[in-house]
Amino acid sequence: MEARLLPYFLILPVTLFLCLFFLYPFALVAQQAFGSENGFSLDNFREVVNYWKFPISMKNTFLLAAAVVPIQLALSLLMATMVTKMQKGRDLVLYIWTIPLGISDLAAGIIWLAIFEQSGFLNSMMVGLGVTEQPVSLLSYQTPWIVFLAIMLAEIWRATAIMLVILVAGIGLIPKEYYEAADVFGASRWKQFTRITLPLLRPSLQTALVLRVILAFEVFAVVAALGGTIFPVLMGEIYAYQFDLQNGGAAAALAIIVLIISIVFTLIIMRALRVPKGATI
Amino acid sequence: MTAVADVVAPDARKAGRGLYRAGVILLCAWVIIPLYLLFVNTMSSPDTVNSFPKSFIPEFNMGSLEFFMGFQGMLRALWNSVVVALMTMVMSIAIGAPAGYALSRFDFRGKELFRLLILLTRAFPLPLLALPLAVLFIRTGLDDTAFGLALVHTTLAIPFAVLITFSLFSGIPLELEEAAWTLGCTRLTAFTKVILPLVLPGITASAIFAFVISWNEVFAAAVLTIENRTLPAFLLQTLGEAPLHLKFAGGFILVVPALIFIFAVRKYLFAMWGIANR
Amino acid sequence: MSIHSKLAGAVSGVVMLVGAAAVQAETLFWSTQARPAEEAQAMRTEVLGGFDSAVDYQPNEDGPWLTRLQAELQAGSGSIDLLGSLHGNFSAMNPDDLMDLSDLGVMSASDTFNGLAKLGTDSLQYMPWMQASYIMAANKEALQYLPEGADINALTYDQLIAWAANVEEATGQKKFGFPAGPKGLKHRFFQGYLYPSYTDGVVRTFASPEAVTAWEKFKELWSHTNPASTNFSFMQEQLLNGDAWIVFDHTSRLAQAFNERPDDFVAFPAPAGPTGRGFMPVLAGVAIPRTAPDAEGAKALVTYLMQPETQIATLKATNFFPVVDVELPDDLPPSVKAAGEAVAKMSGSADANPGLLPAGLGSMGGDFNRVYVDAFERIVLAGQPIEQVLDDQKKQLEKIMTETGAPCWAPDAPSEGACPVE
Repeated sequence: MEARLLPYFLILPVTLFLCLFFLYPFALVAQQAFGSENGFSLDNFREVVNYWKFPISMKNTFLLAAAVVPIQLALSLLMATMVTKMQKGRDLVLYIWTIPLGISDLAAGIIWLAIFEQSGFLNSMMVGLGVTEQPVSLLSYQTPWIVFLAIMLAEIWRATAIMLVILVAGIGLIPKEYYEAADVFGASRWKQFTRITLPLLRPSLQTALVLRVILAFEVFAVVAALGGTIFPVLMGEIYAYQFDLQNGGAAAALAIIVLIISIVFTLIIMRALRVPKGATI
Repeated sequence: MTAVADVVAPDARKAGRGLYRAGVILLCAWVIIPLYLLFVNTMSSPDTVNSFPKSFIPEFNMGSLEFFMGFQGMLRALWNSVVVALMTMVMSIAIGAPAGYALSRFDFRGKELFRLLILLTRAFPLPLLALPLAVLFIRTGLDDTAFGLALVHTTLAIPFAVLITFSLFSGIPLELEEAAWTLGCTRLTAFTKVILPLVLPGITASAIFAFVISWNEVFAAAVLTIENRTLPAFLLQTLGEAPLHLKFAGGFILVVPALIFIFAVRKYLFAMWGIANR
Repeated sequence: MSIHSKLAGAVSGVVMLVGAAAVQAETLFWSTQARPAEEAQAMRTEVLGGFDSAVDYQPNEDGPWLTRLQAELQAGSGSIDLLGSLHGNFSAMNPDDLMDLSDLGVMSASDTFNGLAKLGTDSLQYMPWMQASYIMAANKEALQYLPEGADINALTYDQLIAWAANVEEATGQKKFGFPAGPKGLKHRFFQGYLYPSYTDGVVRTFASPEAVTAWEKFKELWSHTNPASTNFSFMQEQLLNGDAWIVFDHTSRLAQAFNERPDDFVAFPAPAGPTGRGFMPVLAGVAIPRTAPDAEGAKALVTYLMQPETQIATLKATNFFPVVDVELPDDLPPSVKAAGEAVAKMSGSADANPGLLPAGLGSMGGDFNRVYVDAFERIVLAGQPIEQVLDDQKKQLEKIMTETGAPCWAPDAPSEGACPVE
């Protein structure tokens, strides 16, 4: 097998698969966004962007992503380093930390609602400890910033494991000898982290960040469970167009807008965390 | 220099270790407590679930779980979910890992575009794609089959498989492979004997994602399978409207198998070779 | 790879065979109703168990229900034999996709329902199956705070507001609950309860001065409402855990509270405004898609569902009331008794002003609902000025009415052509 043709051969199965099961339905759906019986038109996009909830849901989605993803990045890096330094009990701790991965976002929404609702566990604890006399309505529309905090907490709990698993898989490849050499030269923990771990973790960081950001723009179930009607997000609006209003064209248009946003951020991250070329064939 | 470092270190190191330990315990508690609360509510009678203040100790009332055990077709749905998830796992890795390897080792035309395409399959909501896929499946006879659903789930899992294996392959120096070649291995043997064991954490991570994504996916499962329902399609979508105590029991039942699977493969997340800790 | 695909092919072949065999034996009943786990179980065992052949009852959320149905219609073949859903979902469909049920020999007892079920054509597109309504319920602890002279079975909105205010003053908490959550049925409240009670209309009077009063009154009521109501979609939960003492919701979403603790709660009619006591029925129907593999079996199932015994069993299972004339037995669950009495009082009251389900809106039914939901969110949640919001939303409403050409329905006065928004 010629070395030149080998890569194309290797990516052929994936490409065929995705063409059939993604590009084909995507083309059909995207077609809907760009016009009706009258041919090409951007009416659907205009309709979607002019709806009063559009800027609100856009802002909410961005805000949540901007608030949650950096924290998750830092937290998962911290957890990944912690777990690789461990000797005993490492398997168990890693297992515990990846448990949220197995929980669907619907179930996560149910769990955190049980914690935050007025007769929920948090209030039970606060009343029990005497912090407040009466249960506090945490998820009320009058205190949207508390709702936002609750959603942040639930999302951080649920989705940090995504980045953690990717980072742990990558961190194992960094040769121990590097750290030992750094110790010999008296480098501090922090210096080791920034000079050895982070650069060598670049490919994994890029993957983890891109995947997490793309998923962050699609956040829905937890927000719907905790925020109800006061915290609209883009994905919720897409579903509303598709199923409540039965307007496939508008739903597709909004989904394409989200897609474009995802592309932009993916390109930014891929640029910023460019994987060094290294030896290639 | 080392002498100075030794003198300063013990106290700092002890404090550091204490902080480290506290951090680990705190993070473990942070993960476990909400799950424990799910368990408490699952094991409570309907009255307790609706009461205030809530007790933090489970009553071990099996009523909610028993209701689901008696639910017609639960076991079959469970089996279907396992079959679909396993198929997804195998297919996504078999298709995705070669692509990950190609991305890391080769510089070919269209590489960036290809990467972008892979990522973007995750950036478009599946419920919108479900309609044309369902029409396609009905016309080709893949409708209402575990295999058909596994194909859709594989589409969701492939980006993870490709990109994670890519990031791991990128971390293995080409010199290793070249060394194997010079020592007489063919390309394929070098791959399977030298590279593959190193990439095992990546494959494990991809497997976990594939299994979990398939396990928790509900919309496509509800549209594409009727007689051969998977568990989430069976339970999850009506869970949002079930009486409160059933919500928790249902959520609990859904969570446990996924937890068992991750437990089974956890140690493969760490590299097995001498490069990293054992 | 090739061995793998052979294996996969074999597996799918076996599965398909098994699946195909199963499908032929059972009638597939594809429904959006009776979704909660217990109701679905009751449907399967108590209601459909008495049918002579096997029925596979599959409840789904609207999204998958609709997507699967559309896929089968587009592909030209499918496995769904019988559809079960609300009027709103059927009216958004193309009537050509549903089989004509006029000559089945069964019908509902209400001309209004049969008329609605024609979906603007001459033939019966779906069979009215069961009905429900929205009522109010209260924790008995709240009864002591009723205002002087108020009769709980004949409240006015002003009295309701005073009642909620009294409870707030006494307990220090807002105990009125409203299903303002994303899955809550709030749009029906505005269309069928608030607007008829204050403006004696729903489309014509959308932006009238009486409508402004209606929204002002609702804002007043909202000021005594549990602020977490934007999360509430099933008020039985809040009744049971005490977060709300006075609630408004669908009879089937209050059922659990009455069944678990029947002695703690009372059901009563919705309040009346200056132009009467507005209320709206919810109608569920069954229909046969044109791609049904077993249309005869489906028709037999429809006939079975319309029998009085089946209707009573359905009532016990789902808290939806019969649409044919039946003698209600004595052994009904507490929720059915309570709800039934409240609905009867409501529809039988002297000032009853029923609002009908929107008709003739086709696929714009969702947009129509959104006009009212958006008005609520902007006026009540976002605090925007009432007149401005109503004028804004009025433009949307006009667009919908002219595009669909739907004529007015009760309580609006009839119209020639599309219903105007005055």
